[in-house]
Amino acid sequence: MTSPPSGEVIAEPAPSGLSRILDHRVLLSIVVLALLPWLLPSKALAVNVLIYGVVVMGYNLLFGYTGLLSFGQAAFFGAGAYFTGIAIGRYGVPWFAAVPIAVFLSTCLAAAIGIVSTRTRGIYFSMVTLALAQLVYYVALQAASFTGGENGLRGFTVDRISLFGLHVNFLDPVNKYYVLMAFAGLAMWFQSRILNSPFGAVIEAIRENEQRARACGYDVERSKLVVFMLSGAISSLGGCMLALHLSIVPLDILHYQTSGMIVMMVLLGGARSFFGPFVGAASFLILEDVISLWTPHWQIFVGAIFVLFVLFLPKGIWGTMLDALGVGKARP
Amino acid sequence: MKSDMSGELLRAEGIGKRFGGFVALEGISVSFAAGQLTSIIGPNGAGKSTFFNILSGALTPTSGKLHFRGRELNGLPQHRFVHQGISRSYQITNIFPDLSVHENVRVAVQALTVSYDIWRNRTRLTELHARADAALDAVGLLGRRGELAKFLSHGQQRALEIAIALVSEPELLLLDEPTAGMGPEETKDMVALLERLADKRTVLLVEHKMKMVLGLSKRVVVLHHGRLLADGAPDEIRSNPEVRRVYLGQSEGYG
Repeated sequence: MTSPPSGEVIAEPAPSGLSRILDHRVLLSIVVLALLPWLLPSKALAVNVLIYGVVVMGYNLLFGYTGLLSFGQAAFFGAGAYFTGIAIGRYGVPWFAAVPIAVFLSTCLAAAIGIVSTRTRGIYFSMVTLALAQLVYYVALQAASFTGGENGLRGFTVDRISLFGLHVNFLDPVNKYYVLMAFAGLAMWFQSRILNSPFGAVIEAIRENEQRARACGYDVERSKLVVFMLSGAISSLGGCMLALHLSIVPLDILHYQTSGMIVMMVLLGGARSFFGPFVGAASFLILEDVISLWTPHWQIFVGAIFVLFVLFLPKGIWGTMLDALGVGKARP
Repeated sequence: MKSDMSGELLRAEGIGKRFGGFVALEGISVSFAAGQLTSIIGPNGAGKSTFFNILSGALTPTSGKLHFRGRELNGLPQHRFVHQGISRSYQITNIFPDLSVHENVRVAVQALTVSYDIWRNRTRLTELHARADAALDAVGLLGRRGELAKFLSHGQQRALEIAIALVSEPELLLLDEPTAGMGPEETKDMVALLERLADKRTVLLVEHKMKMVLGLSKRVVVLHHGRLLADGAPDEIRSNPEVRRVYLGQSEGYG
């Protein structure tokens, strides 16, 4: 059976030009994000798109590619931010060490929550992740001496980024954007590798048919735990970026509303697409900006638009566009 | 394919399964030699599917022991069964609908090698691609390899499922009603495929279509009400009065 098939060799259909360009998705995404501060009305909005884009991208690995609807992704976003802030502010760790430490600790948290939650399925999984993430929220609220409680975490301003003798004024919004974009680029590269890897095929198989995947010889529970940790790791990097950006960590980012926002962003942009999370984060934040200018009840309108999307564009903005261009199907 | 084609491959000793108060199987002791096609038949509710699920690890028996190549299988989680050399197809088509035909099979053979690799590029693991294509060729689906599995016809999806089970090169292939829901033409193709498969490996078949089973199998095992009713060559089964009473009589002219 290991010999090549006896029949004639079947050639893959030649990829269209557009699909070939999309093979370089990480590079393309970086180019688009590099232009973002000049395309959007404000630099602050661009930074937020970058940060939430990374958080939602990590979540997409779990929800879009593996099919696990978690309502607790804010726990890892928040953990990344809090661990970064505490490492810098309380222990005087330099920023470049604080970020990997924070990602590591957040991944451990994801392992703990994942061990409990990935044993359950369907709506139970969603509820368990929601409950455990709320537990993290209350721990942060109660441990005020560490986290600042409901005032949020303060006192760890990073104003200068120095690496290899190069100094960058981090208070300048443009500099800040491009430093944070280096993190986003790293996250995108990592995510792209996971999706292209054999493990990327395992999570898709689990999404498509869990029973068949198990019968094929995959340890479904263990694979879910691994993807839960990877997803938490990437989302927590977004949290690190937020801490560096704001120099405070608001308690709200651990709240379940943040988890809900992450779910909305991935559905707006397009689950199961590589760049969709950034499109989703941008659309959500722009909608919020625009609509909140003329009504404080902007959530009603964003919510209504979200419902329309779920009903009529289930693949989101980016997923629908890729389909329209005829390149949506074949991509991992 | 295999060094020993004559020895005992799988032995079930007093297998029983209860669901609450309901006894689905009781005291099934049967052994299967390597290298032949055996069919398991029985009326609806006889316990065929339960027995199959136990043999493939999807269910744990409440009593009895299962030995495969001299190794006890009790307590082994389902996903390890393929690694032992037992692979199965399902009665209701069970594929990965939104993956390509090729990827359906490739991901199945990948399970035996590099599941947790998050670093290498899967398109470069060329041996897996070649093995997947060879399995597709064996079931006559190589020409459709690039299409999404959900767009195949019912008969082709059944064949794809066999390719998924086959690609791990199992010592024992368990097929649960591979011709379920098929028309006469598709059934003919499937029977030809089964005959080719049975040449090379040990196949256990659950089937309803009587003529097909008796023509195809070297041995037939009959279950009834969760118990072993008869076990023998197709001719013995055909003339067994007990079997005629519970099974053959009612499905005269069926299949």
